[in-house]
Amino acid sequence: MNAPAARWDKQGARGDAERVAGAMSAFMRDFGRTAAIYLESCIHCGHCAEACHFYVATREAKYTPIWKIEPFKQAYQREAGPFSWAYRMLNLKRAVTLGELEEWQELLYDSCTMCGRCTLACPMAIDIAGLVGLARHGMFEAGLAPQDLWAAADRAEREGSPLGATPKVLRERLEWLADEHDVPMHLDLEQADVLVTLSSVEIMKYPLSLVAAAKVMEHAGYSWTISSRGYEATNFGMLSGNVAWQRDMTRKLVDAAIACAAKLVVLPECGHAYSALRWQGAEVLGRALPFRVLHISEFLAENVADGRIRVKPLEASVAFHDPCQVSRRGGATQAPRAVLAALGLELRETEDSGDFNFCCGGGGGVIANPRADALRHKAFEIKMRQLDATGAGMTVTSCANCRLSFDDGQAHYGWGRKMGSLLELVAERLA
Amino acid sequence: MDLLAFARGPALTFALAVFALGSLWRILGILRRPARRELSEPRSTATGAGAARAIASHMWHAKNFRRRSLARSLNAYAYHIGLAIVAFGFMPHIAFIERLTGLSWPALPGWIFVAAVALTFVGLLYALMERLASPVLRLLSNFDDYASWVVTILPMVTGMALLTLPLASRYPIAPDRPVAVALHLLALELLLAWLPFSKLAHAFLVFISRGATGAAFSRKGAAA
Repeated sequence: MNAPAARWDKQGARGDAERVAGAMSAFMRDFGRTAAIYLESCIHCGHCAEACHFYVATREAKYTPIWKIEPFKQAYQREAGPFSWAYRMLNLKRAVTLGELEEWQELLYDSCTMCGRCTLACPMAIDIAGLVGLARHGMFEAGLAPQDLWAAADRAEREGSPLGATPKVLRERLEWLADEHDVPMHLDLEQADVLVTLSSVEIMKYPLSLVAAAKVMEHAGYSWTISSRGYEATNFGMLSGNVAWQRDMTRKLVDAAIACAAKLVVLPECGHAYSALRWQGAEVLGRALPFRVLHISEFLAENVADGRIRVKPLEASVAFHDPCQVSRRGGATQAPRAVLAALGLELRETEDSGDFNFCCGGGGGVIANPRADALRHKAFEIKMRQLDATGAGMTVTSCANCRLSFDDGQAHYGWGRKMGSLLELVAERLA
Repeated sequence: MDLLAFARGPALTFALAVFALGSLWRILGILRRPARRELSEPRSTATGAGAARAIASHMWHAKNFRRRSLARSLNAYAYHIGLAIVAFGFMPHIAFIERLTGLSWPALPGWIFVAAVALTFVGLLYALMERLASPVLRLLSNFDDYASWVVTILPMVTGMALLTLPLASRYPIAPDRPVAVALHLLALELLLAWLPFSKLAHAFLVFISRGATGAAFSRKGAAA
């Protein structure tokens, strides 16, 4: 693959010094204890490279995961580390420049999906994906996010959805789906035990997932609702690196759940939505959440296990693509497998599966950043190869964003497989 | 004061003090940073066990990464084990530690020592070659990597120049070649003084870093 021409985007009309100051100020806020441990610990062994789909696909050294946070590390050593005074006094580490931040924009946004596979390969167990997430805060503060990702996040903040799925559009969609599929689509009930949240990708591209969620909830006999106050769970604030927007988007969901007295919030088939609410929601709001949070695959697994959801078995073989944020980084690796087992499917694992699964290439906001398409497609070849090798009759995942990556890869390569939805599969097989 | 007396006296005291205080400073410098309050409902509260598991499991590659990283990892083990044997299994070194601390233990057979020396030299040379040859390692490497390599191999090189007596002997307090012994000691002291400020601090950071990930990820029930 030819290396793309260097390109970086800028937002706002600030001066260079102001951009660098913005980045440094955010970096300094993020140099907490855990980040400090990791930033002190890298031994430059390079093992993380072999875990990264972008490096494996291209063999380009710059895609080595730990290299992607080099300016963040440089800033830490100069400004916050235990020997920062010496680094500054002797100028052993130079101050981070605007040029470096611009150069690293591609590495932090285009070539990292924050899938976290590198942590498993690192002898020091450094959470590089977590550091990339922190470094993005500084990039956003500097007005140095990829324009398309920035625009999606901005739209999500202003309109409630990165894809134009505004409350009005949502209402119209739900009415149409209820009518078309003869299933109640509860919107804005005053009280419900379960708040069902969605991803804009589902609303706009995979509306059958909404129908499937409704069918499953009705089948299991839950009192449930979708809320127009907070329905979009894909947190583009988090993906773009804007902490304030991340908090706003989280708060919308939490307020919606509290307003209808929900005991449980079910997150959609979206990996980063799980990360944003399940593992970061309480932290960004600074208070514990007064309800349980489950990814839809966990919800299905729990309800299949206790018999509340009953399914008709299906004789087929299936390969499952693990969404990184739900499985490897979310701890719910076994949930979809329990559901597939309940469906009687023969699970054919890929060569790297479960916690070691390769990312689809579109996570972390990469799919919302079209300039990364060529690189993403290259990395997608790993997925095609591994899934083809299973010989499974069908392929399923539990993330609409992953499905979008697969659909795009399928179209790009003319690949003969279609990535399905675990939720839709369950809804089709309800007994 | 001759060079040997200097190396055995003030230089050794200084190096040990820098090693201890520098290491403490680095650890405290990390721990003083603010810690995030974890408020999400944990999937598991056995974070101590998670930390211990990660410390153990990252000792070796998961099978998914083994094929591509095997040679580098085997080599790293070779020179780490080799260095440990040379440092703590050789009679003159045990005698040196005994004079400092009063602690002693039996030396390893001479052939193991010789094998360890060979393994360490070959391993360190291979590591350097790989660092220079691999585009990934070349990109990641900085002054610390090369300086740490030199500081690690110096005691080995200076030590080789001293191997004049049978391997199992304790070596006299007043050696025949005091300058060579002094240089060997000074090389060790340089290593001790350099360690806290360099990547060699992974000697203790490895437990902190793996432990932090193990604890945080086990809280989520996630793989570490």
